Amino acid sequence: MNNLDQPADGTHVAPTRSDAYARRLKRRYKAERRFRYAGAAAVVFSLAVLVFLLGNMAVNGIGGFQRTVIEVPVDLSQAALTVPPGMEDEAVAVRALQTQGLPEIVEASARRALGEDAAEELNTDAWRIVGRAIVADPSLLGTRADFALPASEALSSAYSRDGARELQPLAQDLAARGLLYDSFDPGFLTRSDATDPQLVGIWSALKGSVLTMIVTLLLAFPIGVLAALYLEEYAPKNHWTDVIEVSINNLAAVPSIIFGLLGLAVFLWLFPSMRSAPLIGGLTLALMTMPVIVITGRNAIKAVPPSIRDGALAVGASPVQVVFHHVLPLALPGILTGTIIGMARALGETAPLLMIGMRAFVATPPAGFTDPATVLPVQIFLWSDEIDRGFVERTSAAIIVLLGVLLLMNGLAIYLRNKFEKRW
Amino acid sequence: MVNEQTAELPSRERLQQHVPAPIVAEEQPAPQVKMCARDVSVFYGAKKAIDNVSIDIHPQFVTAFIGPSGCGKSTFLRALNRMNDTIPSARVEGCIELDGEDIYHSDMDVVQLRARVGMVFQKPNPFPKSIYDNIAYGPKIHGLASGKAEIDQIVEKSLRRAGLWEEVKDRLTDSGTALSGGQQQRLCIARAIAVDPEVILMDEPCSALDPIATAKIEELIDELRGRYALVIVTHSMQQAARVSQRTAFFHLGNLVEYDDTSRIFTNPREERTKDYITGRYG
Repeated sequence: MNNLDQPADGTHVAPTRSDAYARRLKRRYKAERRFRYAGAAAVVFSLAVLVFLLGNMAVNGIGGFQRTVIEVPVDLSQAALTVPPGMEDEAVAVRALQTQGLPEIVEASARRALGEDAAEELNTDAWRIVGRAIVADPSLLGTRADFALPASEALSSAYSRDGARELQPLAQDLAARGLLYDSFDPGFLTRSDATDPQLVGIWSALKGSVLTMIVTLLLAFPIGVLAALYLEEYAPKNHWTDVIEVSINNLAAVPSIIFGLLGLAVFLWLFPSMRSAPLIGGLTLALMTMPVIVITGRNAIKAVPPSIRDGALAVGASPVQVVFHHVLPLALPGILTGTIIGMARALGETAPLLMIGMRAFVATPPAGFTDPATVLPVQIFLWSDEIDRGFVERTSAAIIVLLGVLLLMNGLAIYLRNKFEKRW
Repeated sequence: MVNEQTAELPSRERLQQHVPAPIVAEEQPAPQVKMCARDVSVFYGAKKAIDNVSIDIHPQFVTAFIGPSGCGKSTFLRALNRMNDTIPSARVEGCIELDGEDIYHSDMDVVQLRARVGMVFQKPNPFPKSIYDNIAYGPKIHGLASGKAEIDQIVEKSLRRAGLWEEVKDRLTDSGTALSGGQQQRLCIARAIAVDPEVILMDEPCSALDPIATAKIEELIDELRGRYALVIVTHSMQQAARVSQRTAFFHLGNLVEYDDTSRIFTNPREERTKDYITGRYG
């Protein structure tokens, strides 16, 4: 019943004061509450998934940052070892110790202290730890010192109760004597890929990722920003720019492996000697990241209020000055956020890099942009494929490193956004 | 007189070095003409927003453009310093001259034109930079000052002239956007003054301001009169009557009447002007 039809004699009750209206009002509030609860539930669910994911990673990954070591008293007092003077390079000095018989001395010490069986299960690379310690501190020569040396992979599995059954008594015996335990392994961050999970490290993949990202950033950022600026500020709004816009939007949605095929067909055809190089990987990922930067950049530029442009034009700024003095500084936070989101996506990308051969076993960190390298996600992929049980924990640890780098990048994005953000 | 003074500034010479010297009549008759428009039509695509407008802007007066919403007065104002260039579909026909130079001629540098014909907008639009940088920006990009001392001087002079110096002299490094609306608008006027223009166009400069801020801007317009040729678009007939000496009444894209303000408001020639003045529409 509409108020407008009622006589104006003061007897009429306004429809917003009727019982039916009160019921409707109650329903409206109920709907609003339902919506609020649904939203809160969605947030709680996503948080729970995130916590589960991160918790699972952390629990598994903690083991990846540790390795099983055997405590061995090494007797260096009888040994005729000398650190040749003037050896600056650690690797060369360690090799010199090797030729002087250090591996045999370490093995003999282990046999004496722990017995034949345990000495067998010392890692083949264990003597290197001793060697490096000696190079760092030559006064160790002529003394007896305790070293925590990595165990073999077999003993390590036995210690965690899922390896070869015949080694388990030995592992339990050594553990009971306090000679076998898991110890934090900072070397995981500085070593490179290896076949033995006790000896692997993430450094070559991390460095490969960093080099690849540098190439990607140097290419995708300027090209993406310039393209966005041109399309927003200069390009005439016509049929052709529409076509370009649609193409760029589609490019951003192309599955990443297609970009890998393109990199394989074009970049490796142009530079056939650079298979697995960060340069090629960076070029390929730049193609993938660029459309993201163009799209977010255009949106950021569009969001700059036209009144600022007018103000600058009206004092006689040329179009280029308007862009570089006013539009770009105001759009920069948005552009940077988009760039880092694009870079984060590129950092986590595996498929296109497999296509251009970045899945090689790389045991030495790449020295430059043209050396064979691998990247973090590919390394994770490779390790997850390994049969050896020891790689399971290492894979989780590598994922933690990757997530850490991503977190760092996102933190940087937030920092930059807040730093450059201006209000008007 | 104003022209002769400003013409002697070195900055002006530098700005003009690529353009033929303006043809200025040696002995000008009493009402000088700073800008003149002849048969100007402005189109937005196929739509004609301004139809055959001819008008002279005199340097010693404040000229007000009045008229109902959508009558094209702002469009015409923006044609005077080619701000319409930024709208892709806009097209201008006819001839607009500044000191006898056709501003739509290919020889006319639009950057230089806008330095000579400044503009203040409806909504205060200071740059999101410091107050100092807001003022210093124009002189810097035009190279009107060498060294910090000279820029400091221009900043102070412009702010003084815009009546803002006393209020902001202790916080020149604060953001221009942190000022109140009226202060922001005076900052924008100071910004326009800083490049020493010959003409200042104001597009409803007080429509976003409260009455006190409006009064201050009007006072300021009065002080600036004579120094610059001022053109002000306004919605408020009282404002036009208060600040202007010449008034042009626009209606539906046509210039209906252009005369002394006193005459427009007391004894308009056209019926339509009379209807608008008396509040019949608008």
